[in-house]
Amino acid sequence: MILRNSLLFLLLIAFAAIIISLFSTNYSEAEQLGIVAKHYAENAKAEVGAPNLVSAVVVTYRGLDTLGEVVILFLTAAIIGFMLKSKHSVNNSDKRIKGSEILETAANALVPIIILFGSYIFINGHLSPGGGFQGGAVIASAFVLLVMAKANAKLSHKIISFTESVSGFSFVIIGVLGIILAAGFLDNTFLPLGKYGSIISAGAIPIIYIFIGLKVGSELTSIVNNLKESQNIEI
Amino acid sequence: MIQLIIAIVLGMIMILMAGVAIYHKKLKVAIIAAGAVSLFASILYILLAAPDVALTEASIGSGLSVVIFFYVLNKIRKYDTEK
Repeated sequence: MILRNSLLFLLLIAFAAIIISLFSTNYSEAEQLGIVAKHYAENAKAEVGAPNLVSAVVVTYRGLDTLGEVVILFLTAAIIGFMLKSKHSVNNSDKRIKGSEILETAANALVPIIILFGSYIFINGHLSPGGGFQGGAVIASAFVLLVMAKANAKLSHKIISFTESVSGFSFVIIGVLGIILAAGFLDNTFLPLGKYGSIISAGAIPIIYIFIGLKVGSELTSIVNNLKESQNIEI
Repeated sequence: MIQLIIAIVLGMIMILMAGVAIYHKKLKVAIIAAGAVSLFASILYILLAAPDVALTEASIGSGLSVVIFFYVLNKIRKYDTEK
């Protein structure tokens, strides 16, 4: 076992040496942007109107990829919910160990602030770093803290699935509106671009990001919630 | 120059934590080490001027996935002991 591990380690070191020797001899940083990156950097301000270039690319130029990501996450949440579906929904919350007092007090103080921060991230997604996916993940982590601190906390499946499906549906509807009113699927220019850099600007990007954030947040929350509720139930 | 040094140190810590995650006998320690890899990776992403990726990595990699791993580990262990 040790021999195999050390052989593997030596192999990795040899691999690293080969890579370094390949790159260190004739490596120089690129002075100019590539063709696609140059197009984005030069035209994004006029075409999309979002100061955060990453958002412009993720939501508008490569919006279909974002839709694919959201669909994959939806499938994951759906499969986990399906596999962990409890046949008999027994309430054995009394068997669970209660969270410590420190954790409970911290959760009381921190959960609203974390949710606020998450909403800030996805509402300001077109201006500052971050976006729907990141904001949704931050919101989901707030709910994870809540679920871990309070043993008896129950998150309503109905509200979670309602938020998730409504926001996913609206995301696709906005994409289709782009086809009808503007140039193509998920084009954001059917709303006025507004003043560059203000909070209501960049066309439909803030609305799309709010829906993505709600969708991602509710999906991740439902994954953790399903796992938590099935802890005491046999597979 | 100082950025390069910090980046190299962070990279070495990441490799160390990844080794711990693979080779440690206790699964709990391995999960926490895997979370630490993500945490240091997110600092590295900020140094490399990618705050968007850093946000994702910090919240998903070192926050949610660690919790999900712990839940799954708890479930698997219960299933094993009952058999």
